[in-house]
Amino acid sequence: MSLWADKYRPQSLDKLTYHNDLSAHLKKMAHSGDFPHMLFYGPPGAGKKTRIAAVLREIYGPGVERLKVDQRQFVTPSNRKLDLNIVSSNYHMELNPSDVGMYDRAVVQDLIKEVAQTQQIDANAKHRFKIIVINEADELSREAQAGLRRTMEKYMTNLRIILCCNSTSKIISPIRSRCLLVRVARPSEGEIDDAMQAVAKKENFSLPHELCVKIADDSDRNLRKALLTLEATKVQEPNLAQVQKIVKTDWEIEIGNIADLIIAEQNPNRVLLVRTRMYELISRCIPSSLIIKNLAFDLANKVDRRLRSGIIEHAAIYEHRLRTGNKDIFHLEAFVARVMSLIKRHQMEKNS
Amino acid sequence: MSTFFQNARVASANNGQLPPEAQPWVEKYRPKSMNEIASQEQAVQVLKKALTSNNLPHLLFYGPPGTGKTSTILALARELFGPELIRSRVLELNASDERGIQIVREKVKNFARTTVTATVDDYPCPPYKIIILDEADSMTTDAQSALRRTMETYSKTTRFCLVCNYVSRIIEPLTSRCAKFRFKPLPIEKLKERIAMVCEQEGVQIEPEATSTLIKASNGDLRKAIMFLQSGAKLHAGEKIVASSINEMAGIVPPEVMSSLTAAWYSTEYQEISKIVNEVMNAGFSAEQILSQMHDHLVTDGDLSAYKKAKISLVLGEVDLCLINGADEHLQILNLMLKAADIVTH
Repeated sequence: MSLWADKYRPQSLDKLTYHNDLSAHLKKMAHSGDFPHMLFYGPPGAGKKTRIAAVLREIYGPGVERLKVDQRQFVTPSNRKLDLNIVSSNYHMELNPSDVGMYDRAVVQDLIKEVAQTQQIDANAKHRFKIIVINEADELSREAQAGLRRTMEKYMTNLRIILCCNSTSKIISPIRSRCLLVRVARPSEGEIDDAMQAVAKKENFSLPHELCVKIADDSDRNLRKALLTLEATKVQEPNLAQVQKIVKTDWEIEIGNIADLIIAEQNPNRVLLVRTRMYELISRCIPSSLIIKNLAFDLANKVDRRLRSGIIEHAAIYEHRLRTGNKDIFHLEAFVARVMSLIKRHQMEKNS
Repeated sequence: MSTFFQNARVASANNGQLPPEAQPWVEKYRPKSMNEIASQEQAVQVLKKALTSNNLPHLLFYGPPGTGKTSTILALARELFGPELIRSRVLELNASDERGIQIVREKVKNFARTTVTATVDDYPCPPYKIIILDEADSMTTDAQSALRRTMETYSKTTRFCLVCNYVSRIIEPLTSRCAKFRFKPLPIEKLKERIAMVCEQEGVQIEPEATSTLIKASNGDLRKAIMFLQSGAKLHAGEKIVASSINEMAGIVPPEVMSSLTAAWYSTEYQEISKIVNEVMNAGFSAEQILSQMHDHLVTDGDLSAYKKAKISLVLGEVDLCLINGADEHLQILNLMLKAADIVTH
C-alpha cells in the first residue's frame, strides 16, 4: 500500500488541479514539434516533479511509466569509482548528479554526453530527442553546470534537459539563458482543501471542514505535507469528526520543545541540555539548516516582539555560517547561546 | 540502462539534418558569417582583416553570456576554412570535455603539433589550425599554465582562441599572449532589429510593449531574448505575445509582488512582515531576483533619505553574499526585510 501522496498523484496534465494556465501552456509546448530545455523551480511540495512526469507522459505517452532503476558506475579522472542510481524509461532518464557530491562533473561529462551522442531510432517514438531530468539541479557544482552549457546547445537534436530545483539563485546564468523557466508556486489554501477533499472522497471518509483548514494552515501550503498529515491523522484517529489536534511530525514537536527550553531558562546547563536534544535531531537525519530555520520561527513566535528581529538576524547569520562551515553542531549551539543571551539581556533591561 | 542505449547509434553533433521547424531558433539564427554578427564592431573589424591577411593573433574573447563570443569564432573558422576543412582544422573543447592538465598535455599538444597544408578553393585556408577553448574560465589554473608554453611553441601552426565570461579567471600569462576582445552587451537598437527580423521570418506577432519587456528582461543577452521569443511563440500559438508571459518566462517578480514587499518596509509588526515574506517564498520566486529588483526599486525610490538607502544597500550586499554561499533563502529574505523595516521606521 502506498502513501496517499503517491497514490493520488495526478498522472497527466489534464488531471492537475491547480495552475491551469501553466498546465495548458505545458500541453501546447509538449505537442509542438520542438520543445525547449526547461528549468522548473519552486518551493518543495508545490508539485514540480508531478508536473514534469505529466509533461513526459504528454510527450511520449504511457511508455514513460515503464521505469527501471539502474546503478551506473563511473570512473573519475582521478580514478575513483562512483555509483549513481538512475531511473530510466525508453525515452527519458532521471538522475540526481548531486548524489556523488563534488564528482558531479564526471556525471555530466560522461553520462549526459553519452546519451546526447546517441540517437533515438525507435521508429515508434514520437520525438527524436530523449529527455534527461536532473533533480536537485541547484546542488550541482559550478563546474558541472559549466559542463552542461555546450552540451545543451550542441546536441539539441538528440537531447532535451529538464532541470528541477528549489531556487534559480544557484543556477549559473548561462544555463538559465538556455532554458525556459517554469515557476511552480505552492497551491493556495483553497486548492489544498480541494485536493484533500478529493482524496477523502476516494478513500471513502468524510473530512470535516475545520480540520481541513487546520491542516492546510499547518502545512504552510505544502501539498505533500498536507496529505501526509491527513493520512497520519486518519491513522491515529479513524473518526475524523472527533479530532481536535492534528498529528505533527516528531521533529517539529521536538523543535517546539527546544524553543520552550530556551525561553524558560538561560544558563550553561540549559545549553548542555539543548545540545543533547540537538544531537538527537541530527542523528535522526534532520538537516541542520532546517533545524535552525524552524527553531528561529518557533522562537520568534513565542518571545517578546522586540526580540524577534534579533532572533531572525542571528538565525540568518548562523545558518549561513553553518552552510560554509564544517561541523554543524558548533553553529547550532552558537545560535542557541546567542538567543539565550538576547533573552537574558532583554529581561535584565526590563527589570532595571 | 541497457535498453535506454539500445536501438541507438552514435550520432554526430551536426544539426544540419534537423528539420528547420524543430530547430531551436537560437541555433537557426546563429550568425553563419562574419557579416551577420550583430554589434561588436571592434572584434569584427580586426577579424575581417585576418580573413584577408592570412595572419591571426591568439584570441581571447570575454564578455557576458549571449553576446556572440562562440558564434563569432565559429563564423570566423567557417569563413577561413569552409565547411569541409573545418573538421580537420578546428578543435573545439568546451567545459563538457575533460580539460585537466592531462588533456592539455596530450590532446591539445598533439593537435597543435601537426602542420597542415591542404587548401580548398573559395576559402583563404591559411596555414594554421585553430583550437577553440570555450568556457575557458572553468579550466583549472594548472591546465591554464600548461597551455603557456604550448601556445608559444606551436604558434607557427596553431592559433588558440579562448572564450570566457570572466577574464579575471584566466591567468595573467595567458591573457598577455592573446589579443583581447571585450564583447559588450548588445545595444537596444540591435536587439530590436534582431527580434524584429526573427519575428518577421517566423511570423510571430508580438505587442510593442512586450518587445520592450523582452529587451529589458534579456539585458543585452541576445540568446536569452530569442529563447524567450520562441517559448513565447509556443505558448501563444497564433496569438500576440504579451508582456506578462515574457516576465513569467524570465523569472521576473511581478511589480505588484515587489510593491507589497517594499510596502512592508514601513511596517513595524513582525507578524505582518513574516506573512508577506512567507507568501512570496511560497510563490517560489528566486531570492536573487528579488534582491536585484529590490535594489532597482531602492535606487529610484523618492521617499527614503540617502542615508537610509545607503544603509539598506549595505544589508542587500550582505544578504547577497550569504545567498551566493548557499544560505537558506527564506531566512535571508526575512532577515533583510526586518532589517530594512528597522532602518526605514527609525
